[in-house]
This record gives sequence, structure tokens and C-alpha cells, in this order.
Amino acid sequence: MTVKELAETDIFSPVTLPCGGREISGVYIGDLLSWVMGRASSGQAWITIMSNVNILAVASLADTSCIILAEGVTLEQEIIDTAREKEINILKSEKSIYDIAVFLSKII
Amino acid sequence: MSEGLTFHFNVDGEDFTSAGQASVMMKKNLRQLGLPPEIIRRVSVAMYEGEINMVIHAGGGVADVNVTENYVEIILTDSGPGIKDIEQAMQEGFSTATDSIRSLGFGAGMGLPNMKRYSDYMHIDSEVGKGTTITMRVNIN
Repeated sequence: MTVKELAETDIFSPVTLPCGGREISGVYIGDLLSWVMGRASSGQAWITIMSNVNILAVASLADTSCIILAEGVTLEQEIIDTAREKEINILKSEKSIYDIAVFLSKII
Repeated sequence: MSEGLTFHFNVDGEDFTSAGQASVMMKKNLRQLGLPPEIIRRVSVAMYEGEINMVIHAGGGVADVNVTENYVEIILTDSGPGIKDIEQAMQEGFSTATDSIRSLGFGAGMGLPNMKRYSDYMHIDSEVGKGTTITMRVNIN
């Protein structure tokens, strides 16, 4: 499944989608950035509630397919602009991390 | 490429929001050089962790990267407070980061362990009150 296809499902909406065709290889969940950096695999969708600008560097360097902001977390416009510039896909959802994980386990 | 390509970056210690820029830039450079994705990922993660450490603990520093035929070498140099007990600092979960740093998602005590995990060689040269130099190598072949 691609990030764009995921963004079109009911529980997600796109924040940035510069590389919507990127394939999602799996899922990683975490908020401690060094932990995520060390453990997330390339192509995974990364679910987090962190909303500071450093998530962009982590997503870029760990090469995740997209960041999924859970539980209604929002980003400052400046971060959104930077994400577009750095070609990082970001989706958001009002659902809890658990609900998102359960949903993803069914469709990916 | 026998003599290697060198890259130099200044890591700004004042601006935490731009931390990681050198690593992101280096990742682009390695992509352009056509290195395998897994090597690029390992270099990127190891360098980013080092860069973040320099910003959090040392007020910035410099990063020098040397790309040779056989390995990518990253040398991180700072004039920060130095590491008092390297063995303790290498333990997963050990951290001296402040609460404000932790609230940004850092300070999990994974920085140095991740650097070791993602590099094939790592050497820490540190003197309290003088600074720290960390050399890491990721083998290409």
C-alpha cells in the first residue's frame, strides 16, 4: 500500500504528501527520537505524538515512508513547510495510537 | 576515489531546531555518490546521533566526513565539557540530558549506543573540561 492510498482512508488526512507513491513496508511506533532512529526500518510508517521539528530529521535519516501524527496532534506551519521542502510525507489522525496500529495491521 | 572525498560541516550549538542539518546534507552527498542505501542509512543515523550530542552537550562543534573506497569515516570534534565516564555513557539508557531536552524526544540514553551499533569502528577521545573527539567508520565492503 502506498502512502497516498493510506491518506485516502477514512481515519487519516494528509498534512504533506510530496511522495505519495512511496510504498509502506510496515509500521513503527515511538516518541523517543533516538530510539526511533535506531530501530525504525526504511519504508515503515512511523506513528508518533511528537510534534517538534526534529521529527523531520529523524524521518528523513531513518528513511520512513511517512510520519503519522496520532491523537489529533498538529504541527506548526513552519514545520509543515519544511516537511514539504524535504519531501517528507506526513499524515494525521484523531484516533489513538492503538486504534491506528490496529487499523494498519488489517490493511497493510 | 583512492584518496577519498572530504566534507566539512559546522554544527551550530545554539539552534536546536536545525540540529541534524549536517547529517541530512551528508545523506544527500552519499546518495549522489551512489553508495548502497543501507550504508547511507547507517552513516546518517550514526552521524545524526553524534550531531545531536554535540548540540545538547557541547554547544556545537565540527563534523568531518571522509569517503574512501572502503569506508566512510566520520570525525566529530567539540570543545564541550568532555565525557567523565565513557563506559557509563556507552550504556543504553544512561543520559545526562535535561528535562527540556527530554521533552523534545531526546535524552533517552541511546545516542552513543546507536552510534556504536551503526558503525563498524568507533573511538572516543575525551578529556573533561577540554572536549571530545569521536571517530566512527562504516565499512562499504
